[in-house]
Amino acid sequence: MSPADTLRFASRAALGYPLRSALMVLAMSIGVAAVVMLTALGDGARRYVVEEFSALGANLLIVLPGRTETGGVNPGSFVSSTPRDLTNDDAAALLRLPLVLRVAPLTVGNSEISVGGRLREVMVVGTSADYLDIRGFGVASGQFLPREDFGRASAVAVIGETIRAELFGNQNAIGRMIRLGDHRLRVIGTMGPAGRGLGMNSDELVLVPVATAQAMFNTGALFRIMVETRGREALAPAQRQLEDLLKARRDGEFDFTVITQDAVLGTFDRILGALTLGVAGIAAISLAVAGILVMNVMLVAVTQRTGEIGLLKALGASGRAIRLAFLTEAGLLSLAGALAGFALGHAGAWAIRLAFPALPAWPPDWAVAAAVGTALGTGLLFGVMPARRAAALDPVQALMKR
Amino acid sequence: MAQIELDGIDRIFQLGDSQVHALRDVALHIEAGEYVAVMGPSGSGKSTLLNLLGLLDRPNAGHYRLEGRDVTTLSADEQAAVRSARIGFVFQSFHLVPRLTAAENVALPLMLAGIPAHERASRVARALRDFGLEGRAHHRPDELSGGQRQRVAIARATIMRPALLLADEPTGNLDRATGQEVTALLEDLNAAGMTLIVVTHDPTMGERARRRVLMEDGAIREDLRRSPEPA
Ligand SMILES: Nc1ncnc2c1ncn2[C@@H]1O[C@H](COP(=O)(O)OP(=O)(O)OP(=O)(O)O)[C@@H](O)[C@H]1O
Ligand SMILES: [Mg+2]
Repeated sequence: MSPADTLRFASRAALGYPLRSALMVLAMSIGVAAVVMLTALGDGARRYVVEEFSALGANLLIVLPGRTETGGVNPGSFVSSTPRDLTNDDAAALLRLPLVLRVAPLTVGNSEISVGGRLREVMVVGTSADYLDIRGFGVASGQFLPREDFGRASAVAVIGETIRAELFGNQNAIGRMIRLGDHRLRVIGTMGPAGRGLGMNSDELVLVPVATAQAMFNTGALFRIMVETRGREALAPAQRQLEDLLKARRDGEFDFTVITQDAVLGTFDRILGALTLGVAGIAAISLAVAGILVMNVMLVAVTQRTGEIGLLKALGASGRAIRLAFLTEAGLLSLAGALAGFALGHAGAWAIRLAFPALPAWPPDWAVAAAVGTALGTGLLFGVMPARRAAALDPVQALMKR
Repeated sequence: MAQIELDGIDRIFQLGDSQVHALRDVALHIEAGEYVAVMGPSGSGKSTLLNLLGLLDRPNAGHYRLEGRDVTTLSADEQAAVRSARIGFVFQSFHLVPRLTAAENVALPLMLAGIPAHERASRVARALRDFGLEGRAHHRPDELSGGQRQRVAIARATIMRPALLLADEPTGNLDRATGQEVTALLEDLNAAGMTLIVVTHDPTMGERARRRVLMEDGAIREDLRRSPEPA
């Protein structure tokens, strides 16, 4: 029997029992679609986080109050529970380190902004002149926060694009007075559109000098200190200098944490990579289940077609020809399932992207290849046993069975 | 040398503790081109004998030489090759593949033998024409009458031009008129040179054969030859 004939015979057989074939294709496609979709979700989450952190800039050290577990970063790193506050004086001291290029102390809070009658809730970031360059933001008009002592509470503000549009519309915002909580501030600049990263979009921010924000929120503490070093090679020595200096400033106690973008990225990359793999593994189990279903369906097919197998043998079919015919049938059904699942999975990933536009939910190539490969593999593997059983049937017994 | 030489054939089925001697010490020689009717009561071993002749089954003892070659010792796939080239089967219940058309059913042996599709098409078309089935080529078995089905089965059994045609109660599922039609077809094939061995319960059909083998309890009771008809 030629390969083309085997293929034609097997596909006719598969189409001859539509319900059984559809069931098998469905089971296989669900397995493949699950792998494709779940890895798209996992990898999308990973890429989202990586992109968010990449927006931070490369030569960055972030100092946060409190000590988290050795080296690693966990979600706790972003929630401060403070044994001893970081202060503006700490930030100023860091700026004097030779390997440090820029320092931006950070205080964050929510407040109400009002101009004329208009009122809205905004996120206020208290920081310094260097913040602009550290974050890679741009100023659209006017100027950014003035370079001055971290302790000076100048009554000025720089507003994000969305805030500007909502409060001032087409009017010029520069030089106008705004009320932020109980403080009256002069707008000295507006941010360019869409500087983003770490879930903070500059469009919706009001930036004020750090001391102004501290007065507004009635605190002396900092949420973060962002430190940019002189070049990438300086990152590690700068971190050591910085830690020594801060320790010295707090009686030798190491009650703060320094994280680097690399560490954050690496950790998230690892966590979410492992998550994706785990999710893919769980989804792959459904493929194994599909494989077992393939085996059972093919065994039923062999039983159903026992008479036919006996006939083929009487007509001179070799065991090999019969084995190949049934194996090809299992392979074809698995292939159809894999392709359907591939399409279904991509449709699902597309739906996820529609629902969560921020999430780049594209299934990674390795997962797609693995899913389709596994589907074909399991189909053929689990098809072997039924095919062998068919080939081994006794022709007389098979013919007698109707 | 006869085309078929059976010597000392035993076929024993094991049913739990008991043994069924379906064939005991059967010896039978059949020449090429003969027309043999195998008759006998139910359970006498007719089908078992035919299955052995068709290499679908193996004897527990004895020798089977087909065209001078001992075929009892062949492997399963070697026997399949012999079946493909030399033996055609016709069954009581037709055994057509239900999802395939008449033409596709007839083409099955050619396909299994690896004959290319374009050659198959012309041979199948000729066979369908020979058996009066031209208009039925693309009908599936459930769209055919019993007689048509058996004609498709005979076309299929003979498409490889076998030397030996084995038929197990080929008219058993057909009414009398259709049965006679099918019998005539088989006899035409025999007249063209094919050895024909028919298992039948029908005495009139048995009468028509030039040789009748009567079986009883697994053994050949009588082997009657009709003297050649006066020309
Ligand atoms: N696979 C088998 N297992 C056990 N016993 C069998 C088997 N096949 C046939 N037999 C037994 O062998 C004997 C001969 O059976 P066989 O089918 O050859 O009879 P038969 O002459 O064809 O009968 P019928 O006219 O009813 O078709 C019977 O007793 C039957 O029960
Ligand atoms: Mg019988």
